[in-house]
Amino acid sequence: MSADLGAQAAGQPGPEYSYWDYLRHEAFPTFWCAGCGDGIILAALAKALAERGRAPHEVVAVTGIGCFGKADDYLKTHSLHGTHGRALAFATGVKAAKPELTVVAMMGDGDCATIGGNHLIHACRRDIGVLALVSNNLNYGMTGGQFSATTPSGSRTVTSPLGHAEAAFDLCALAEAAGAGFVARATAAHPELLRRLIYKALGRPGFAFIEVMSTCPTHFGRANRLGDAAKMLMALRDQYRGGEGLGVLVQKDTPGFSASYRAVQVAAAANPAKRAGEGR
Amino acid sequence: MSSTLAQADRAVFMQGNEALFRGAIAAGARFYAGYPITPSSEIAELAAVELPGLGGVYLQMEDELASIAAVIGASLAGMPAFCATSGPGFSLMQENLGVAYMAEVPCVVINVMRSGPSTGLATMPAQADVMQARWGTHGDHPALAFCPATVQECYETAALAMVAAEQLRMPVTVLADEVIGHMREPVRLDVTLPQVCRPQVPGDPAGYRTYAPAANGVPPLAAFGDRAIVHANSSMHDQAGLPTTAQPIARALLHRLVDKVSGRQDLVLLQDYHLADAEWLFVSYGVSARCTRAAVERLRAQGVRAGLLQLTTIWPFAAAQVAAAAAGKRGVLVVELNLGQLVGEVRAAVGGAAPVHSICESDGRPLLPRDVISRSMEVIGQA
Repeated sequence: MSADLGAQAAGQPGPEYSYWDYLRHEAFPTFWCAGCGDGIILAALAKALAERGRAPHEVVAVTGIGCFGKADDYLKTHSLHGTHGRALAFATGVKAAKPELTVVAMMGDGDCATIGGNHLIHACRRDIGVLALVSNNLNYGMTGGQFSATTPSGSRTVTSPLGHAEAAFDLCALAEAAGAGFVARATAAHPELLRRLIYKALGRPGFAFIEVMSTCPTHFGRANRLGDAAKMLMALRDQYRGGEGLGVLVQKDTPGFSASYRAVQVAAAANPAKRAGEGR
Repeated sequence: MSSTLAQADRAVFMQGNEALFRGAIAAGARFYAGYPITPSSEIAELAAVELPGLGGVYLQMEDELASIAAVIGASLAGMPAFCATSGPGFSLMQENLGVAYMAEVPCVVINVMRSGPSTGLATMPAQADVMQARWGTHGDHPALAFCPATVQECYETAALAMVAAEQLRMPVTVLADEVIGHMREPVRLDVTLPQVCRPQVPGDPAGYRTYAPAANGVPPLAAFGDRAIVHANSSMHDQAGLPTTAQPIARALLHRLVDKVSGRQDLVLLQDYHLADAEWLFVSYGVSARCTRAAVERLRAQGVRAGLLQLTTIWPFAAAQVAAAAAGKRGVLVVELNLGQLVGEVRAAVGGAAPVHSICESDGRPLLPRDVISRSMEVIGQA
C-alpha cells in the first residue's frame, strides 16, 4: 500500500523499495511521546534500507528494552525483541549464523551503554557485522527519567534530583577505543545526515556504531528546564553547528567477523586431521 | 537407552563431555556459543575444533548472558544451536532462557553440574541445579530436562534434547554432572539417533504468523532470512508477534507454553531395575542413580528386596509413574547429590501411599554405594 506516498516522502527512493515498505503501519501510532527523537531515527533507518535496496526479509532488527527497544514493533523486517542490554549479543548470534543478513541492533543509551556496556565493547572488538544504532536521550525514558551512563554530570533526573554526581560516557570515544571500525554521530535535528550515515554503515562488512543524540522532552528536558521538543531540537542543531563531533568520526577498513571466521571454516574443512583434534 | 558394557567390543572409549558434544552434533547441532567454565570446558574445546569444518560456528562470548543470547539469535537464523556451562553460568543464563521460553526459540543448554552455591567447590560434583532447571527463570514456563547417568546416555540424551527443542520450540536442558562429564566409558556411536528437522512453514509466506500454533500447540518456526517474516518477541504477544496486554491473549499464550510439554509423555524416559518384586523403592537420577544401582544389587544380595526407578527425564517430573511404582512399597528412598531437591516432588507424587525418605549429601564427592547402603539400612533396619 501507498508505495507512491512512501517514495515521494523518502525523497530518494531506491529502485525497488520505499521506506514505507519497512514500516509496520498497522502498529501505528507509535508508543513514543510527542517530541521524542526515536521516530526520526526509525524513519532514517527505513530510508537508508530502501536506498540500499535490502528486501525486508533480508533484514533483522534486534532490540532490547527501553523506549527505542520498541522500534521493532514498527518494522516489517524480521525482528527479535529480547532482554534489557543484550541486543548486541542476540544480534551477534544472528549475524554469525547467517552472514548474508543485514542486522541492526536498535538500542537506547541505557540498553546499549549502561546495562549492556560489556556487549558493546566486545561487539566493537569482535568486528561483528552488525549496525548498532543508538538513540541517546541522556536518561531512562521508559521507566520515568532516571539517570543512565550518558547522563551529563550535574544534570537533574528523578534519581539525581540535586545534580548527577557521576561522569558520562562519550559513547563514540568508547566505541573507538574498543576497536570499532566505523563510528559516527548524528542528532535528531540532523535526519538527512543520519540517513546518509546509516546508508554508509549498512555497506560495511564489520561492526558499525552510530550514536544519535536524541530528545526526551518528557523527562530529561522537563527535569533540566530545557523547554519543549522544538527548543531541544534547536539546541542540538546549535550545539553541533560547527560540525565538530558530528558525522563520520572513525572509518577504517576491517574485514568483519564473518569473513575472518569464514577463513577458519575453510581451513578446517581443508584439514580434517586438525578437525579431529589429533595431536592435541 | 542401550546397554553399554555388554557390547563394549563394538564401542569406543569416550569422556562424558565428548559424548554430550558428539550426541548434539550427530543430531544436527551446528552452532555453539559459550563461555569457559569447569567442568564443562571440554565441550567448548571440541566445538571450537570440530564445528568450523562442518560449516558450523563456534563463538566464545564475553559472558554466559551473551552466550545464550547468541545461541538464541543463531537458532532464529535457522542454525540448530546449543551451549554448555555449569552452575554459575547456568545462573547467568536464566534471564535469557526466559526469552527462549517466551519467544519460543529452540536451543539446548548442557549443564555439567558442580557444587555450589556461588563458586562453591568449582571442580567437584553435585546435582545442585535440579530445581534451577525447573524454576530458574522468572515466570511460569514449561521445562524439559534430561539427566544422563552413563556416557552412552550423554550421547543419546544430548541428541534427543536437540530434537525435542526443535519439535517443541523451547529450550531443553541436559543436566550432567562433574562425574558423568569427566568419566570415560565405552560408547556405542552406531545407535540410531533422532535428527533435527525444522518443519517447513506451511502456506503463503505472506500469511505466516510467528505464533500461530499447529494442532500440537507448537507454532512452526520460519528462519530469519525467509520470506515468511519472523517477529520473535519476549514480551507478551499476539500470534503475529505484536506486543499486547490483552488478558485473554496472555492467558491463552501462557497456558499453551506450559501445555506444550505435558502432552509429550514419550519424552519422559525412565529405567527400572528390579522393581517387579521390590519392597523398597529407590528413586534416583544421574551419577546418584549409578551408585544406587550398585547399592540395590548389594542390598538384594543381603536379602533386602530393593528396586530402582531411575529418572532419565527429570523434568517434566514423572509424578504418575513414581506414584505407581511407590504403591504398596514399604518405603521410598530418594538418592541425590544435593541437600534434597527432587525429594519434594517425590513426596508430593507419593502422597501417603508410602513413607518417603531422603538420602542426600553435598560435600564435593559423589555418594558411594556403601553410603547409600548404610543410610538406607538406617531406614530399612527400623522397619
